Amino acid sequence: MSAASAFAAVLVILGALLAFLGSLGLLRMRTFYERIHPPTMGTTLGTGLILAASMIHFTALEGRPVVHEILLGGLMTFTTPVTYMLLVRAARRREHHADDGSDD
Amino acid sequence: MNIFALALGAAQFLLAAAMVFALYRLLRGPRAQDRVLSLDALYVNAMLMVLMFGMRTGTAIYFEAALAIGALGFVSTAALAKFLLRGEVIE
Amino acid sequence: MRLFFILLVAWLVLNESVAPGHILLGAGLALAGVLVYKRLEPATHARNRPMLVLQLVGLVIADIVRSNFAVARIVLGLGPMQRKAGFLSLPLEIRHPAGLATAACIITATPGTSWVRYDAALNIVTIHVLDLADEAAWIRLFKEHYERRLMEIFE
Repeated sequence: MSAASAFAAVLVILGALLAFLGSLGLLRMRTFYERIHPPTMGTTLGTGLILAASMIHFTALEGRPVVHEILLGGLMTFTTPVTYMLLVRAARRREHHADDGSDD
Repeated sequence: MNIFALALGAAQFLLAAAMVFALYRLLRGPRAQDRVLSLDALYVNAMLMVLMFGMRTGTAIYFEAALAIGALGFVSTAALAKFLLRGEVIE
Repeated sequence: MRLFFILLVAWLVLNESVAPGHILLGAGLALAGVLVYKRLEPATHARNRPMLVLQLVGLVIADIVRSNFAVARIVLGLGPMQRKAGFLSLPLEIRHPAGLATAACIITATPGTSWVRYDAALNIVTIHVLDLADEAAWIRLFKEHYERRLMEIFE
């Protein structure tokens, strides 16, 4: 119980730290194409670690295996790349059609 | 258990800061694609925050909320990106 | 029929139950999902190679973990001093649509690289890389890790 919760605590901190750094990168990077990269830290490993912590925590808490977090992990894994690719295509298109640099 | 509660508090603080960063970029822009990207980061952080609340209270209902946020966030970001792709086409 | 079982198992995991009622309801929903999918997409003819798929998944996870820490260093300003971000054109050998889609998802999900554009006529893909230190090494990694395996799985 104690070992499990200590392990879950480490996972939670690491996952949240990755999500934090992802958003910090979103803030700090200079161009749009550079800003695309950091948030994927939060959506891949960050989410994965926090979901693993949630599985460990609830399994210990309820005394039976709780694994439905896998579904959320699968959802994030398959949907994030799709939105990012769509967004990059939209950005490329907008840059091609609006070289005057007007905002929005 | 105490260590875990402490870790949850720290993690929630980190996620709150991450949400503020994403919100700042959302308001700041400069272009629409930056705003959509920030919205995506914001909902992912919000989803993780909801999972944290779930672990804090020990109820499974928060998981359902996180699932709903995840699904709706994907659809709305994809719709916004699609709008940017198609809404401004000069033909 | 693989899709049917994936959907059924997803339903049972979501409800955390293997009661007969849930199996029946899940089977009905999975069947509806399969019928909808059949109308959307022709069969992709993926070869049945579970070991290769597992190997690929393991590689992708390892690469994602590694690049997470690399991007974290860059965000914190601990990375290389002269970081050069930029686009990279990469001639491909793989042509199967499902293989290309999988490659696109892997590249985009990995922090530090994202799939920008694919030219079907020339079979060239443009990728944006956050830290373009060693182009040749990066291309070699992509070819050896992903393209070869994806071709074996899909073609």
